[in-house]
Amino acid sequence: MKAALCVAAAVAVLGPSVPLAQLSSWTIFTPLAQASFPPLVRRGEVAYQARCQLCHGREVAHATLGYGGRMAGTEALQAKYRGSKPAVLEDRTDLTAAMVKYYVRHGVGIMPFLRKTELSDADLDAIAAYLSRNRTRVHEQE
Amino acid sequence: MTPPGVSDGDFARALGAFREAVGAQWVFTGEDADLYRDAYSPLWGEPGERRASAAVAPDRVEQVQQIVRIASTYRIPLYTISTGRNLAYGGSAPVYSGSVVLDLKRMNRILEVSERNAYALVEPGVSYFDLYRYIRERNLKLWIDTPDPGWGSPVGNALDHGAGYTPLPFRDHFDAHCGMEVVLASGEIVRTGMGALPGARTWQQFKYGIGPYLDGIFSQSNFGVVTKMGFWLYPQPEAFRAGTVRVPRHDDIIALVDILANLMYSGIVNCHLGIASPIFNGPPDAERDALIARPDGGGAADWDRYAAARGRHFWETELHFYGPAKLLDAQWSYVKERFAAIPAARFSDGPSYRFPLSDDEIAKIGDRVSLGIPSLGIYAGLLAGSGEPPTTGHMDFSPILPMSGEAILEAHRVFTHALRAGDIAPQYGVVQSFHWRSFILFYGFPVTHDAETNRKVRATYARMIELAAQHGWGVYRTHAAFQDTAVETYSFDDHALHRLHETLKDAIDPMGILSAGRYGIWPEHLREKKA
Repeated sequence: MKAALCVAAAVAVLGPSVPLAQLSSWTIFTPLAQASFPPLVRRGEVAYQARCQLCHGREVAHATLGYGGRMAGTEALQAKYRGSKPAVLEDRTDLTAAMVKYYVRHGVGIMPFLRKTELSDADLDAIAAYLSRNRTRVHEQE
Repeated sequence: MTPPGVSDGDFARALGAFREAVGAQWVFTGEDADLYRDAYSPLWGEPGERRASAAVAPDRVEQVQQIVRIASTYRIPLYTISTGRNLAYGGSAPVYSGSVVLDLKRMNRILEVSERNAYALVEPGVSYFDLYRYIRERNLKLWIDTPDPGWGSPVGNALDHGAGYTPLPFRDHFDAHCGMEVVLASGEIVRTGMGALPGARTWQQFKYGIGPYLDGIFSQSNFGVVTKMGFWLYPQPEAFRAGTVRVPRHDDIIALVDILANLMYSGIVNCHLGIASPIFNGPPDAERDALIARPDGGGAADWDRYAAARGRHFWETELHFYGPAKLLDAQWSYVKERFAAIPAARFSDGPSYRFPLSDDEIAKIGDRVSLGIPSLGIYAGLLAGSGEPPTTGHMDFSPILPMSGEAILEAHRVFTHALRAGDIAPQYGVVQSFHWRSFILFYGFPVTHDAETNRKVRATYARMIELAAQHGWGVYRTHAAFQDTAVETYSFDDHALHRLHETLKDAIDPMGILSAGRYGIWPEHLREKKA
């Protein structure tokens, strides 16, 4: 739609019944989830992209100078673990749901904690399910 | 925690009324209220840390009206936040401890975006990312302007006089606004400018309406709760190009800034820019430390010898040009001619882009904010300051300097000595042009969870606010814990401006329920107590 967008149209798209992660997020690209995941994990992947990935994602190789594409969370975890654990959270196989929830609500280093108006408990449960999905799989294989 | 001066019974009744107004799940107490602490507080864990007693999060303006009326009934101090991401300046914590935070994050509707007339009307909970994505998903040929971290609110940032990186007026966020809606402490809704005209068709086009222009009194203040703001947007330019000017000697800063200022006042250079020194902002060594330690901060000839011995130039600035490609080439060519008046000035071309950019192209661009693309990458830069005790945040010290090379040199000397005297790691401020016709000289102060380290930082920070004022360089914005200190320095005619703010406060919010203490404005019953 290239003409002026009226209030009614905007409310129809962004009405209060839409989950928080879809309403407001910290990403420049539209969050998408893999269809193969179970519903909670799928919701978690979307919420993760909306709230976490812009600091915890993969850095793009050969980016031009500047901070724009840098990932503070990934760089901090790389410095902390020096390769003994993956720096990208999505690659971790040792995260538990409880760990994820603790850090989101308590913060760590320069990462501030998130309020419930920014990330609801339901969306946090979903993110925790998404980030602990690999651990669940590893344990099933054991 | 109960708000000071409020009985347990009244607080419980007020919370009950808030729950009835917005729904029980949107009133936060106990551990949930702790999430409103300032994550970057320089007073973390100390008795002086500013804490919320509770929080209430309305979804629409009618609920904001109900909340202020309930607060008036029970005399509950409220503290308004938009997205609560004003980190380094107080975050989501109140200035007055015990306040109930009025969290507007749920009011996150993008109400209108006009491509034809290049404006947006948004609620306070909308983030820069939200507005950017809304425009991009619809392929509108518009840019937003975003500050370094894009998770904040266009409304909240503009109200705190924040700024970004694209051309003026768009990067001066308050200047780029047009029309606001405000809920007063009485519960009345005021629309400013043309918004006061029922059925107005130019609320986001003409700023003034008729009569006194009042929008300014709602910035850095506590006279109302802003629930909508309009912003002028930048029509997507055809192209961008960057070029860097380098000059070799210490005193070249004077001619560099004089030429730059003339180009900026003439509208030929209209970009955000920083003036960096590969010497002052570069790697330290013993000789540099010895020069800095001298009372005069080192003479020009000494510094020129130092730079020449290392084969480095003294100052550089990267300029950005936006618009039709053939005009940009002509602008850069003319700008080079002007700076060529400085002996041995050198020039180099930077990146250039044509718009729109694909997702893949954006992913590879480091300097996104100069193109109005939100990012959180700045926090990766802040990691570099982590040491012992670990850095858990930062505060920005940001005095406003005149556009002169002499002022930059003087300010560097004054603040470098103040940092050394305060036993704070030496750093040179970064000169940047965000607002019209002035520079900000930025210094980042690390904040930790170690009380002793924070005490040292706070003492030097406060001292630098006073030093800045003594030299005629007031700070334009500051952390909540220092707003009284900063406002105190704006003391012309026995603080006449501050007294006018108090007169307005008493008239508009006589019970003093809105954001007590914000930028030094306290309601009458708290004027002696403060914080």
